[in-house]
Amino acid sequence: MATHIPLDEMHAPQQMGEETHRKLWLEVLHDWVTTVDHKKIGLMYIGYALFFLVVAGFEALLMRIQLAVPNNSFVSPEVFNGLFTMHGTTMVFFVGMPILFGFGNYLIPLMIGARDMAFPRLNAFSFWISAFGGFLLYYSYIGGSGLYGAGSAPDVGWFAYAPLTARVFSPGHSTDYWTLSLLLTGIGTIGTALNIVATIISMRCPGMTMSRLPLLPWLYLVTSGLTFVAVGPLTAAQIMLMLDRYLGSHFFDTQAGGSAVLWMHFFWIFGHPEVYILVLPAFAFANEIIPVFSRKAIFGYPAMVAASVGIGFVSLSVWAHHMFTVGLGPAENTFFVLATMAISVPTGIKIFNWLATLWGGKIQFTVAMMFAIGFLFQFLIAGLTGIMLSVAPFDWQLGNSYFVVAHFHYVLVGAILFMLFSAFYYWYPKITGHMLSEKLGKWHFWLFVIGFHLTFDFMHVPGLLGMPRRIYTYEADRGWMIWNMIISSGAVVQAVATLLFVYNMVISYFKGPLAGPDPWDAWTLEWATSSPPPSYNFAETPEVSSRRPLWDLKHPDDPDSDYESGPGHRRQAKEKSA
Amino acid sequence: MSDVALAPGSTNVTWNPPARGIVGMVCLIIAEAAIFVIFIVAYIYYIGKSLSGPTPKDVLSLPIFTSICLLSSSLTVHAAVSALRRSQQHLCSLWLATTVLLGGIFLAGTAHEWYDLIYNHGLTIRTNLFGTTFYSLVGLHATHVIVGLILLSLALWFSLRGQMQHHHSEKLEVLSLYWHFVDAVWVVVFLVVYVLGR
Repeated sequence: MATHIPLDEMHAPQQMGEETHRKLWLEVLHDWVTTVDHKKIGLMYIGYALFFLVVAGFEALLMRIQLAVPNNSFVSPEVFNGLFTMHGTTMVFFVGMPILFGFGNYLIPLMIGARDMAFPRLNAFSFWISAFGGFLLYYSYIGGSGLYGAGSAPDVGWFAYAPLTARVFSPGHSTDYWTLSLLLTGIGTIGTALNIVATIISMRCPGMTMSRLPLLPWLYLVTSGLTFVAVGPLTAAQIMLMLDRYLGSHFFDTQAGGSAVLWMHFFWIFGHPEVYILVLPAFAFANEIIPVFSRKAIFGYPAMVAASVGIGFVSLSVWAHHMFTVGLGPAENTFFVLATMAISVPTGIKIFNWLATLWGGKIQFTVAMMFAIGFLFQFLIAGLTGIMLSVAPFDWQLGNSYFVVAHFHYVLVGAILFMLFSAFYYWYPKITGHMLSEKLGKWHFWLFVIGFHLTFDFMHVPGLLGMPRRIYTYEADRGWMIWNMIISSGAVVQAVATLLFVYNMVISYFKGPLAGPDPWDAWTLEWATSSPPPSYNFAETPEVSSRRPLWDLKHPDDPDSDYESGPGHRRQAKEKSA
Repeated sequence: MSDVALAPGSTNVTWNPPARGIVGMVCLIIAEAAIFVIFIVAYIYYIGKSLSGPTPKDVLSLPIFTSICLLSSSLTVHAAVSALRRSQQHLCSLWLATTVLLGGIFLAGTAHEWYDLIYNHGLTIRTNLFGTTFYSLVGLHATHVIVGLILLSLALWFSLRGQMQHHHSEKLEVLSLYWHFVDAVWVVVFLVVYVLGR
């Protein structure tokens, strides 16, 4: 039942939208608040994450100002503790997770040719409960003192080690705001992950077998699977912490025989898979963007899928490399050293596949591609410092130093944020119908690259010189001064670059040239519908017979299905050659 | 180009992806299982580490009758689903009612056990590590039983009003999956708390 979908017909609905009269802002607001449309929910996720990106970025700037010179008193020690806690928590839970789920929400139904997510109302619920969690966390600035008048924002660090979180050491409600907001966000996260899995498994358009599924949904499938087994333990640990704080139980109370190390285990059983939950969507973007701008199909599709699933499994057995300094004992240390090193194998496969995709391609250096190539370099370096830190004796020396901070910011900023910027430049035309300015984009890219390397390359040095993380100031004779000055100036450059990006997004929305349905001459289904897509996505359910349906559409004489392996296709190809 | 099929050469293959309700429930069960694993690990880790009494050996007795009730409710809910599949609505109501009853007996058993522990043995969540881990693990499971019972009672309500038809059997199956999970967790909790922990 091959459906013939003329491209012109698929764009017709857009013109209908332009004829409708201007709505009152209250109607628009009502529309967004009550929506169950995956595109609108995706955009709300992204908007909410960008808001918190600015907030948490501002917190980082305040910390960098404080640390730029020794013996500084720009902020007090108490405020500084609150700043690094809020910065970490916000960036992981209210920037990283929602922005990645936002892109997933927006793109997955479009890429698999579906009308919407599997459970649209659950989707809306998950978004709103996550959003509520974010605002609840920040409400602690107002309500955190509680009845006892102690503290304001949570100040226990983003991994909230016991016994810092015990009632005695954390009076007032700031820690409760932290716990509750993570608990609520966790519910939303599991809801969205569940939705993504059900969508990918059950809502694929006819012909899209799992071996024809684009790599972005594939990687989101792995990320969502990881979310269940990672966020579940976090939720459990938060329930235990709440029981400890409110009902007087003794899970993490060492005076009653409880264990502070157990919290570390429980937190990092969540915490390390979380890194992969955040980085796999970045890989997913790279899998879509690098082939399109290399003008080649992705190299080694099955190896990419296998490596992603492999990363998913191995990432569940590496958590205690965050705890080498605790003194786990030689057997545990050896296991977690080896498991951590093993994870670089599937990651390496991915890097080589991307390089092989670039190899011999007709590379187009659009801003999206520049960010993707920056990602490749920086992710490699982040992986190399990761292998250094995976060696337990090396970690004993540098654990909890700025070397660790530099390493994971290299992953989070150098890899994930770069790929996110790349994704914005690549999909912004689809989402808004307007192109982002490439000229401003190039300024954004180069400024951000310079700022990033100023900050995070040089951050390794004070770590090697012994500067611990989370200190609010330091003496002048330590020899860290010049390095901290460079790091802080890099942070300012990054902030300027980010402002340029925000300006680009705003100005291009109004003045950017029209994108048309397929500005990049790409191959996946989201480019088959108009930009922005109509609320029903596709006028008729598409049907596909290869991994690159739009390539087949544009080259009917040479469709991909002739080359992709699979029992049905080999026969088809044979018939054709006969 | 605009008139080209989006799917050149595709044939009339039957396209039957798995039902989204089942997939969603399986995902929920995986996430819930992860939560239970953490509570069970905490329980096992703290066995015998309490600084003061009472110990499990002193106060816990095997809840064999209520456990049989809960586990057999898995069979009855399955019978309800298959009755609905055969469009036997009355039989479905009957089996659903039995399931709710059996689940209710289990919950009453837990309530009785807790009352006994709190008022006769003085064991609360604050008493020692045994109390902490026992009430949180068994309580977490009991919470799931309560949620399941609410959902099953709703299904029974719809069934009694004749609003549950053959085409709802997939939805009832999704609910039964959850109930099977709650029962399976009880097997693990029973083994850990009442066999291994004593």
